[in-house]
Amino acid sequence: MNTKKAVIVDYGMGNIFSIQMAVNAIGGAAEVSSVPTTIAGADRIILPGVGAFQKAMDELQKMKLIDTIRAFVGTGRPVIGICLGMQLLFSESYEFGEHKGLNLIEGKVLRFHKSEADQYHKIPQIGWNDIKMPSGNVMNLWANTVLDGIVPGSFFYFVHSFYCKPDNQDNVLAETSYGRDTFCSVARKDNVWGCQFHPERSAEKGLLIYKNFFDL
Amino acid sequence: MPHSVRVIPRLDIKGPNLVKGIHLEGLRVLGKPWNFAYKYYLEGADELIYIDAVASLYGRNGLLEIVKKTAEKIFIPLTVGGGVRTLDDIKALLRAGADKVAINTEAVKNPELITLAAKAFGSQCIVASIQSKLIDGKYFVFTDNARESTELDVLTWAKRLVDLGAGELLITSIDQEGTGKGYDLDIISKICEEIPIPVIACGGCGKPEHVSALVKGAAIDAVCASSIFHYKYFSEIAENDNYEAEGNIEFLKSNRGSLEFMKSRLTGMAIKEVKDVLTSSGIPCRTS
Repeated sequence: MNTKKAVIVDYGMGNIFSIQMAVNAIGGAAEVSSVPTTIAGADRIILPGVGAFQKAMDELQKMKLIDTIRAFVGTGRPVIGICLGMQLLFSESYEFGEHKGLNLIEGKVLRFHKSEADQYHKIPQIGWNDIKMPSGNVMNLWANTVLDGIVPGSFFYFVHSFYCKPDNQDNVLAETSYGRDTFCSVARKDNVWGCQFHPERSAEKGLLIYKNFFDL
Repeated sequence: MPHSVRVIPRLDIKGPNLVKGIHLEGLRVLGKPWNFAYKYYLEGADELIYIDAVASLYGRNGLLEIVKKTAEKIFIPLTVGGGVRTLDDIKALLRAGADKVAINTEAVKNPELITLAAKAFGSQCIVASIQSKLIDGKYFVFTDNARESTELDVLTWAKRLVDLGAGELLITSIDQEGTGKGYDLDIISKICEEIPIPVIACGGCGKPEHVSALVKGAAIDAVCASSIFHYKYFSEIAENDNYEAEGNIEFLKSNRGSLEFMKSRLTGMAIKEVKDVLTSSGIPCRTS
């Protein structure tokens, strides 16, 4: 049993129930909340998200959660964004226009390139794909991170049309290839983490990521 | 080749029970859906599909309750269909732990639902489901778990569903379903050629070679199978299962019914065995 208290930020978008079940499965506890003071008092926060970037930012704004999340990051306690939640951590997104994100990790959110020649290359990517160490990898890059104990080449479940491109390559913890794009599938900047795939839908290895997040 | 072909056990549900029929008819009770689902999860299934044969979402033993019970223990994507009629139905299923919702009958009656649902929840969680039957050389769309016919041509309807906003397409061949004779490569390959969204093929899988033949013959993204998995694990799971007093279980109990009959026609296969056959025929799938 992990005594650290996580809060899943509920802004009306995301698969909150399955994240909560995944946290339960690793012996943790996660409260679902949209109340700024509850979120501010958490030991760590999970930012879920499924849907459109701009709508998500609008909802966070409406619920006065943008400053709450930024202030939380300032305390040094861990934050993880999942799928769209990861993309929200970045500076800006080019999903249907140009939209400002939380800017906790400098970089952009871009759309996959189409590959007309490859009839299997469908957008969105829906399915399992593997994660690798970034090129020019450092030995033990994943030790003591959310990827601790994960072997490069492990498969995770993705559902997305857009991907994150950090300005600083040091923020790329893992990469994944789809079509002719190689993108950042796990990002990290200090205490801010992001997973493009859904760990709560990626079987045992996904659960390990939540366990590692609680053990940080 | 696709990046990684998804292997998806399909579980047909009636009341509280997992059932299986032939051509979607003559349903027999096999046990509790979540016991099978949990086994499939542990064995490396990439996703699960639940289809409620009698379309009962709410109430005691309703689909919502089964979904919730499943989602507590299973950490792979779950698609749920059967009786989805409104945006509220979709919301209730997603809240109960479903990742995607499959819509068939109501899409035919009220195509706008697909568009509204895609807008409200994102097209990635809206799976358009088509039941196809070959009549005099033409493929027709059927609804209500293969009970009702329509005038719709399968390929035309599939394209329409994409335009309406569906994120994935589940194509079930009624003619092949439950027979173990192989997938309907003809209509599935035609659909895959015409459609830009992921296609999940269902109906007819009797052995892993059917899966590899399908993947080689059509630009398919995911394959569904049910009998070969259910019959592989049935005896193991059934011992620990309490049947509800509902459904045609005498067939199974007496050993004179469908199980032995089906076993003579199908090879029960573990999910890993299917994936091994795929891998050895050069078809990528998740093994780690």
